[in-house]
Amino acid sequence: MIMENNVYSKSITEWGAKHPETVVLSADLGTSCEIMEFKKNYPDRYFSLGIAEQNMIGWAAGLAREGFLPYLHSFGVFLYRRVLDQVEMSVAYGNLPVGLVGFVPGLTTPGGVSHQSTNDIGTLRCVPNMRIYSIADATDIEGFLPMAYEAGGPFYVRMLRKSVPRLFPADEPIQFDHARIVTEGSDVALFTENIATEEGMKAVKVLQDHGVSVQMLSVSTLKPFTDPQVVDALKKVKYGAVTYENHNIIGGLGTCVAEVLAENGIGKPLVKVGVNDLYTHGASKMFLLKKYNVDAMSCIKAVEQLIGKDLGIDESEIEAVRFEDFNGVA
Amino acid sequence: MAKRSYTNEEIQRTANKIRKQVLKFAIERGGCYITQTNSSAEVLATLYLDVMNLGDSLGDPDGIPFPGVPGPDNMDFPRGSLYNGPTSAPYDRFFLSPAHYACTLYCTLFAVGRVSETGIERFNKDGWIFEQIGAEHSPGFETTAGSLAQTISVACGHAHARKLKGEEGTIWCFMSDGELEEGQLWEAIQAAAFYKLDNFVLVCDINGQQIEGPTKEIMNTQPLYDRFTAFGAKTVEIDGHDIDAIKAACRTEHPGQPLVVLCNTKPTHGMPFLDHRTERLHFVNVKTPEQIAEAKAFYDSME
Repeated sequence: MIMENNVYSKSITEWGAKHPETVVLSADLGTSCEIMEFKKNYPDRYFSLGIAEQNMIGWAAGLAREGFLPYLHSFGVFLYRRVLDQVEMSVAYGNLPVGLVGFVPGLTTPGGVSHQSTNDIGTLRCVPNMRIYSIADATDIEGFLPMAYEAGGPFYVRMLRKSVPRLFPADEPIQFDHARIVTEGSDVALFTENIATEEGMKAVKVLQDHGVSVQMLSVSTLKPFTDPQVVDALKKVKYGAVTYENHNIIGGLGTCVAEVLAENGIGKPLVKVGVNDLYTHGASKMFLLKKYNVDAMSCIKAVEQLIGKDLGIDESEIEAVRFEDFNGVA
Repeated sequence: MAKRSYTNEEIQRTANKIRKQVLKFAIERGGCYITQTNSSAEVLATLYLDVMNLGDSLGDPDGIPFPGVPGPDNMDFPRGSLYNGPTSAPYDRFFLSPAHYACTLYCTLFAVGRVSETGIERFNKDGWIFEQIGAEHSPGFETTAGSLAQTISVACGHAHARKLKGEEGTIWCFMSDGELEEGQLWEAIQAAAFYKLDNFVLVCDINGQQIEGPTKEIMNTQPLYDRFTAFGAKTVEIDGHDIDAIKAACRTEHPGQPLVVLCNTKPTHGMPFLDHRTERLHFVNVKTPEQIAEAKAFYDSME
């Protein structure tokens, strides 16, 4: 599997070249949010608003109402949790095209609880007009800004940075409200988002080796959540569904899928893998995924629970998984 | 077409008309936001008739039924800002931050001829746009401002955008002193000074009252002149009932800086019969027979 760097940086800089109305706003985390290249290229469209996120949200609303396309960059927590009322009253209510680009989603930061956005999907799903997206790989990032622009309105995205895997072919861009079918299968439907997609793909390889057939979908639009492929997958499988997310098991992808199950009268069980409704602490990503049972093994155990079998899978089998190499766009 | 100019007497008569209409509502409906009106009537009348460069109203003077909230399928509904005329440069724009002044603003629009008698009677009537605490569809409103001190940031975004586009016109933001306690205000002033928004003016009604009582007893914000000055704004402090002073203050030169006009006002100004009311003044009840009698007697004495 190929890892790539500065994917968002390139993406937002290219977007700025194509769309002169693009403005980038920063709350003093620009160096951590891959927007310094944009600043270098378009210094007159890069605005530092200081460590003052409430004002930044309203300021962006004003810019958007004047025809600009503001993209706000910070760690996710500072773009929804700290500023929820501003996001609702100044941006979401007006259905304004303001982009909230939230970095270090969920457990991807050693910064501890103050920096870990583990309830962003749940919080923002209750906000009318808000679109919610989650990024799983480099290909998702490359197609993201055009997709979100086409979809319109305000959005919040769980963005990835630094070394990002390329899990999907570069010529198959992210699509609005349309999950990626990663594998076809008939036993279990597995829904993943964000870094859980990469971990989930490892789990699926091992499960397949043990004879379990998995219909895996990587979900990138969390709101709206009306992709018919979700219903199809749920109807198709024998045992039921597992959701696996870099988020609290309440309010996120698991809840989205549970609602679809119930609303469509699909009487199959659901096992949710994610942060188990608790506050977490700071450490490295893989340490935290294991500690909070959000790792690939936890996903495998959820599938085992669903099919009622202990497959006797060892951690070394997960570590041995190697993905196909997809090259990026030259 | 040259803008009509108004004498101070005409502006004062307009301020009195704003007060009279709000008092009428209070008598008919058991109370109203009277003190906000008393403190801000001269300021708003002067802004609308003399200071701001607004085009003719584009709103329906009679008001319209609630047109729905903004959303993917409803972005082109008639906005409350239509009542302030075109929103494009070179016209000025007016942003009301404390949405609890909604009644005062509607009555101002009525007094300056932008809302009709039919329209103003629709204040707080179910299903119409003249809501008690307004939002983007309400006459005179640009934003959904009921959560305090958010509008200044939006207004500053507009001012910044106009500078980026090289457009003329001033962005006016009106705030009341209670909401100056919010941290977001100071974030916004800090940024307005940083971005040298000399096309932005904040007009503050310093009436010294908030819901639980006198501002100085609830959460002191003074010395406001020193605070705004320290944050980088050109600041002037005036008697907010003195029309000449309001005109002059709003025309203060402020190159490279936002301007803040602190209007010291009295919540019972123009209605001395309320001077003895020492209870909370955020929403003045006119309910008891005595209250109704003294309000009616004063109303009848108004021009």
